[in-house]
Amino acid sequence: METTLKTSKKRTGPVLFSNYQQADGIKKAIELGRENILLELKNSGLKGRGGAGFSTATKWMLSAAANAEKKFIVCNADEGEPGTFKDRVLLLEYPELVFDGMVIAGFTIGAKTGIVYLRGEYEYMLPSLEGFLNNMKEENLLGKNILEKEGFDFDINIRLGSGAYVCGEETALIESLEGYRGEPRNRPPFPVNTGYLGYPTIVNNVETLASIPHIIYKGGEWFKKNGTDKSKGSKLFSVSGDCRKPGVYELQWGTKINELLDIVEAKNCKAVQVGGASGVCLPKSQFNRSLAYEDAVTGGSIIIFDESRNMLKILKNFMEFFVEESCGQCTPCRVGNTKLLEGVENIEKGEYTFSYINKLKELGKTMQAASKCGLGQSSPNSFISILDNFKEEIFYSNRKGIKNVKA
Amino acid sequence: MLKRENIRIPVSQQALIVEKPIDTTTIGGTVTIQINEKKVSVPFGTTILDACKENQIHIPTLCHHPDLCIAGVCRICVVEVEGLRTLQTSCSFPVTSPIKIHTSTEKVRKARRHIIDLLLSEHYGECYSCFRNGNCELQSLAKEYGVDGYSFGHILEPKYKVDKSSAAVIRDMNKCILCKRCVRTCIDLQEVGVLEAINRGHETHVGTFLDKPLADVICINCGQCINRCPTAALRANDPSDEIWNAIDDPKKHVVIQTAPSPRAAIGEEFGIEPGHSFTGELNTALRRIGFDKVFDTNFTADLTIMEEGTELLRRLKKAVVEKDSSVKLPQFTSCSPGWIKFIEHFYPEYLDYLSSAKSPQQMFGAVIKTFYAKESKIDPADIITVALMPCAAKKFECNRPEMNSSGFKDVDYGLTTREMAKMIREAGIHLPEMPKSNFDEPFGNASGAGLIFGATGGVMEAALRTVYELVTGREVPFENLRIESCRGFEGIKQASIKLENCVESYNFLEGVELKFIVAHGTANAKKVMEMLQRGELSDVHFVEIMACPGGCLGGGGQPIPTSEEIRRKRAQAIYEEEEGLPVRKSHENVHIKYIYENFLTDGPCGELSHKLLHTHYTKRGKYIS
Ligand SMILES: Cc1cc2nc3c(=O)[nH]c(=O)nc-3n(C[C@H](O)[C@H](O)[C@H](O)COP(=O)(O)O)c2cc1C
Ligand code: SF4
Ligand code: SF4
Ligand code: SF4
Ligand code: SF4
Ligand code: FES
Repeated sequence: METTLKTSKKRTGPVLFSNYQQADGIKKAIELGRENILLELKNSGLKGRGGAGFSTATKWMLSAAANAEKKFIVCNADEGEPGTFKDRVLLLEYPELVFDGMVIAGFTIGAKTGIVYLRGEYEYMLPSLEGFLNNMKEENLLGKNILEKEGFDFDINIRLGSGAYVCGEETALIESLEGYRGEPRNRPPFPVNTGYLGYPTIVNNVETLASIPHIIYKGGEWFKKNGTDKSKGSKLFSVSGDCRKPGVYELQWGTKINELLDIVEAKNCKAVQVGGASGVCLPKSQFNRSLAYEDAVTGGSIIIFDESRNMLKILKNFMEFFVEESCGQCTPCRVGNTKLLEGVENIEKGEYTFSYINKLKELGKTMQAASKCGLGQSSPNSFISILDNFKEEIFYSNRKGIKNVKA
Repeated sequence: MLKRENIRIPVSQQALIVEKPIDTTTIGGTVTIQINEKKVSVPFGTTILDACKENQIHIPTLCHHPDLCIAGVCRICVVEVEGLRTLQTSCSFPVTSPIKIHTSTEKVRKARRHIIDLLLSEHYGECYSCFRNGNCELQSLAKEYGVDGYSFGHILEPKYKVDKSSAAVIRDMNKCILCKRCVRTCIDLQEVGVLEAINRGHETHVGTFLDKPLADVICINCGQCINRCPTAALRANDPSDEIWNAIDDPKKHVVIQTAPSPRAAIGEEFGIEPGHSFTGELNTALRRIGFDKVFDTNFTADLTIMEEGTELLRRLKKAVVEKDSSVKLPQFTSCSPGWIKFIEHFYPEYLDYLSSAKSPQQMFGAVIKTFYAKESKIDPADIITVALMPCAAKKFECNRPEMNSSGFKDVDYGLTTREMAKMIREAGIHLPEMPKSNFDEPFGNASGAGLIFGATGGVMEAALRTVYELVTGREVPFENLRIESCRGFEGIKQASIKLENCVESYNFLEGVELKFIVAHGTANAKKVMEMLQRGELSDVHFVEIMACPGGCLGGGGQPIPTSEEIRRKRAQAIYEEEEGLPVRKSHENVHIKYIYENFLTDGPCGELSHKLLHTHYTKRGKYIS
């Protein structure tokens, strides 16, 4: 396991893994001033990389416009989605991007405090990250009057999460930061108005923040050249599962699943889970779809399953995950997920009728519509997509010769 | 837009606090929205739920409660808002822009039905064997949505052990639907903080610290959580079977005392609108049920005023005349057992500020088993005293080990309004049809001062009527004896009354501005205690505290549902009944005079009083071992 921050960069990529010198973005930001930063960001078309894909410029503008004595920047480094590990790479290898991004965010909306909510399992990074922050302080990239800019004060501290998947949801994350049970809040109000301690707060994914210095330094126009019409820029994909070259890849938005499978040398691939446990599972016939906000969207997780996998077992794994990870506050998610899991178990036992399965799919739709947060809203995705896309295997073929899924 | 200082913990359960425009008629103060094809204007920040209610559109709710902050967890109140991908909970969604709302689309109806089905699938038991049968929000909802089976199965084995440890509150989490109203009641409304959701996912349940039995944690037994629970998950510890046994036992002389608040609310259990007292009818019903005597708790409320008032005057004298700095002022009332347990847990170092007077319930028990037993020549060992109370904490109080100064258990059973109604129904009696009758001698009908104990501020008003008159020789200078500064539902009321032209024995109080504070709900009690800690109450003389919002009329044993509107109506019923009474000052109650002349002959706060009518408290602290 990596325990130190690497300084020599081996990775290459169109945006995030392109060249960047620490502090360049901050300097440029000071030069541009708040309004121009927001315009540049708007022009770039950057959308959140944490999964929801909300326009980053809009988020920043809303919190910039909010009138409050304090504001906060939160870096969401909870990275809990199964199959996601790209934020880890950014934090370990490109901390200057993430932290410069936070400093720029602070400058733009007038926040003086940044908080990194670090996934509990990433505790081992703490010493090196803190060392890095200390260096930034020494170089006056943090602290008071940053780079001699009068009144530009910003500090970053790191807080450890406690291992609940739901704490990656931005409002649950804020609750957790405040010391309460990690339960998502009602929305509206949104964090941009009423976030940490009730103050306007920007919560951005690690990757979103890491894109900022590039955009500010190199321009929104430059950023926009990458990607598709509706998905600007590039994306980090965490690829895992049945392939020869798993790992983190920076690819253009719009890359086809087929192309990705070639890059990672996946053979005999039967299914691709796009977007982790809360994403959808696509069969071969859909491998020509593009990875993009407008098509198959993911916060980064790509899990590849080859022909040897048992799709029902995979689904069962996902549902067990949600039954456990639901925060338990709202009915559709708390009880609904147990019903979907029960359904999977009944299919396993062969005790089902199709009207029962359809009833569960209908329930899934209610969960998508009526759950309080993204967890419950997306937990039926795998259920519905796997049962729809792998009907043949699950309901009609005998499942002999298909080995158990590896975790 | 948001008032941050109003935000209390926990944030996840807070209402969106939107400033309501002061003048809603001005432009900008209202938003025009469309609900199911109908255009309506509502004040900025109104929730969709309230907007619909105002326009006669019914939206089902479960976790929503008018007394509590917003949870948004049951999701039953979802509606469609045009332009938004997901359904929105109307209880939590504030209207801030001209949205279009659909309250009964197919998607909405399906979602609601699904939610009911999901809740029922995990809801152990059947309605016919459930005490909330007929008054259960889950049941009504199932009926409203025509549920006629279990779409997703039904749990056949209970998952949780029923917690019967507490003398006051029984928790059966097998009936819990996790609406968290109890949690919000305990944390936000009462600021006690006993209950919270524990664990995650499928294992989530409402529990106590380390899932300890309720009796072992800092529960103050207020029962406010019961009143707000939509189902049978929470209930009071019901002694009615034992009471029936006593009634059926010819050797037992079973007497009941009835407090004013149950009388002003029990009609609700019989389908009567809130706001009507059934004192006379209840007396008749209780005799028909088989109680041997029916007494009025107000008698001991009057007695409390004599004792507590005398105690206050003594403290004042010590402080003013003897300049004794060890005297604790202000004196705090002690008739709310929820408040007593609260202060014992949270402010144990301040117990000396409490009046040592027992609550009216306990005083009555002691008087019945001594004075009454003697006068009516009945062996106190054969007397069973039942107290009809609006309160869950009274059940704990009557079981306190120190409450036996008569040589017997002062009060055998505390019975709530709800449990009483059940007994009356069981006896085949429809309360509103009963003819009226009076209370039994030797205590008879008490004063109106005792009656208003039921409302927050009532003890203070009653005490002032007596203390003022004792000190000045004149009636309190208010029209119709109404001391308005003691009335109303403001959380903390502060006022004063000047003592002038005092009678000779109270010369030392000449010119003193008697300052008092009235607070109800332990969240407000906490604020008062913090003022005391900061030394801000040094010029205050008397503080009345009731643990329950609204005072006893909002007690944890009162009919369900409760809301501020309902509590107001109960208060109104009490004040109206009071004005019709012939005697309205405790010291003018002839039965009070009689007992001091014939039994408690060394007077208020005398030796026998001290033995029978006063008590002591326990430093409990808030740490759970
Ligand atoms: C159950 C759940 C878990 C989430 N976990 C993460 C996470 O680990 N990291 C993350 O950046 N966003 C996560 N999100 C998304 C966040 O709520 C939020 O949308 C994101 O941090 C916003 O940042 P962005 O706009 O930069 O994407 C999660 C959402 C849900 C519903
Ligand atoms: S959807 Fe699930 S995780 Fe989200 S608030 Fe509801 S119960 Fe909690
Ligand atoms: S709590 Fe309500 S729904 Fe449940 S069994 Fe009792 S009456 Fe029926
Ligand atoms: S009785 Fe009162 S203190 Fe006890 S759990 Fe209920 S609300 Fe909390
Ligand atoms: S005990 Fe009652 S009030 Fe508390 S969460 Fe359960 S159903 Fe709701
Ligand atoms: S009543 Fe609105 S979510 Fe429960």
